[in-house]
Amino acid sequence: MPQILVQDLAKTYRVAERDPGMFGAVRGLVRRRWRTVQALKDVSFSLERGELLGFIGPNGAGKSTTIKILSGILRPDSGRVEIEGLVPYADRIKHVGRIGVVFGQRTQLWWDLPVIDGFDLLRDIYRVDPKRYRTTRDELVAMLRLEKLLDQPVRQLSLGQRMRAEIAAALLHEPSILFLDEPTIGLDAPSKLAVREFVKKLNQERGVTVLLTTHDMHDIEALAQRVIVIGHGRVLADSPFEALRANVLAERRLFVDFAGDPPTLDLPGVEVRKRDGRSLELAFDPRITTAPALIAAITARHAVEDIHVEQPAIEEVIAKFYDLHGANEA
Amino acid sequence: MDALRPYAAAFSSRFLLMMQYRAAALAGFFTQCWFGAVHVMVLAAFYLGAPEAAAESPLSLSQAITYTWLAQGLLAVLPWVGDPEIADGVRTGAISYDRLRPVDAYTLWYVRAAGWMTARLIPRVALMILAAGIVLPLIGQDQWAWQPPASLSAALLFTLSETLAIALACAIIMLINIVVVATLNARGVNILMQPLVVIFTGNLLPLSLYPDAMRVALLVQPFAGTLDIPNRIYFAALAGQMAWLGISLQVFWTVLFIAVGRWWLGRVMARLEVQGG
Repeated sequence: MPQILVQDLAKTYRVAERDPGMFGAVRGLVRRRWRTVQALKDVSFSLERGELLGFIGPNGAGKSTTIKILSGILRPDSGRVEIEGLVPYADRIKHVGRIGVVFGQRTQLWWDLPVIDGFDLLRDIYRVDPKRYRTTRDELVAMLRLEKLLDQPVRQLSLGQRMRAEIAAALLHEPSILFLDEPTIGLDAPSKLAVREFVKKLNQERGVTVLLTTHDMHDIEALAQRVIVIGHGRVLADSPFEALRANVLAERRLFVDFAGDPPTLDLPGVEVRKRDGRSLELAFDPRITTAPALIAAITARHAVEDIHVEQPAIEEVIAKFYDLHGANEA
Repeated sequence: MDALRPYAAAFSSRFLLMMQYRAAALAGFFTQCWFGAVHVMVLAAFYLGAPEAAAESPLSLSQAITYTWLAQGLLAVLPWVGDPEIADGVRTGAISYDRLRPVDAYTLWYVRAAGWMTARLIPRVALMILAAGIVLPLIGQDQWAWQPPASLSAALLFTLSETLAIALACAIIMLINIVVVATLNARGVNILMQPLVVIFTGNLLPLSLYPDAMRVALLVQPFAGTLDIPNRIYFAALAGQMAWLGISLQVFWTVLFIAVGRWWLGRVMARLEVQGG
């Protein structure tokens, strides 16, 4: 029995609509028009204890909705969710005591309270044993380097500091599952690294199951063993990250600076992407032609000054993947 | 005790946080003094201008004045608006986090509203007693002062009734909160509450001063329990069995509103929509 089981999840939202301008506003008073937005159409997956799953997809794909259903905040229209034998939205109170959740765009700490007071309040709200709480808190404080921040009101923290405090706050009751909804959004590079390092450690050393959504492909690359790509409310792919990268876009780029005017090339499996003065940017599929073979073929016939091969950026891989599946937001 | 720990913590944290706002308490107090003085002057003009009618009034002038100071001192009890923290949470989506706490959602919000209210109440009522109950008599203005309760038993019953007024007002605030969550907007319902509270609690005019035909209806409607009933008990205008009747009315409305609120919150939460992010 997997720790998290999700089957055929569907969820629609109702959005009020009105015509623009004064006339539309007045008419909206009399007759309200509603449009339904299908956030999730059909999402199924399962997760074993101790897995670290990355959830990616364009804005509006249904990532956050899925997390909200899994954490018991929202109720799906249809489908089944079972987490450690509980249905989150039906057994909400029991379920939420076992999970930790961080929404990158919201705060769960009390804006005007010092961090430590917020932690103490959460201790009481989760009914954590005071002795146990002190141990857990001190460990989290050390791991996330929060020592100097504890006495500061939350509103005075930088975003990176706050996010570290938020993550600690979500773990004070020692949940066995952690949901992270865009935990690195808006953070600077060192803060992102700190968050990633911590999440990895938590997963590997404590065996906490982690499900995270992100737009930052470096998060995924650094963390996730397994990736689910979601778009238009469906699971488009569910595979190890490396497999996803290899399958979706095996493409490589070859940048060539010619000694003279660049020639017109006609080689199998090769495409000219950009022409700029004496330089050419070529895209090729390594399964059809390898880099050494391609370089040999070009240098045999033309005078070349410089040459180098690149892998496309992960962002590009994903953008292309969304395109392929028509997953981009309309 | 462990079962109550979350609620005690939620209450006290909100209470302590609100107690920090000393400037707000002071500003509130001065506003209350101002409105109280205006009320007292208007009442005096009516009572002294029409002595025959005043003689038949169910409240004497000095009682009406004390009623005014009570109304101003206890202003924070009245359910003027929903809990601003809930309204804020609806706007920012932070109420998602409330759904993640392993506690009863209604009770959590109820105790938070109670902490918010009592923290505003205590400094304001203390300053009001000091100004209208102690300073005014000391400077020889006893006729305009806040008079003590009619008797010891009136004082004890008043304490009970005022506690129930707080419980009832919190139950009404919860209903407002639920409307806020259901409509995702706090302004509409808050604006609707203002005239209801001003008139039906007795804040504008003691309910016993309205025309005879309206008196019973005014007494049994729920808002009377937040101000007018405890005040009548204070003067012993409701005494003995009548006092207990008033208290029963308060209990009735509190229990009813809590039951309705719990049922309604469950429904609203079941179809909660948290979008974006």
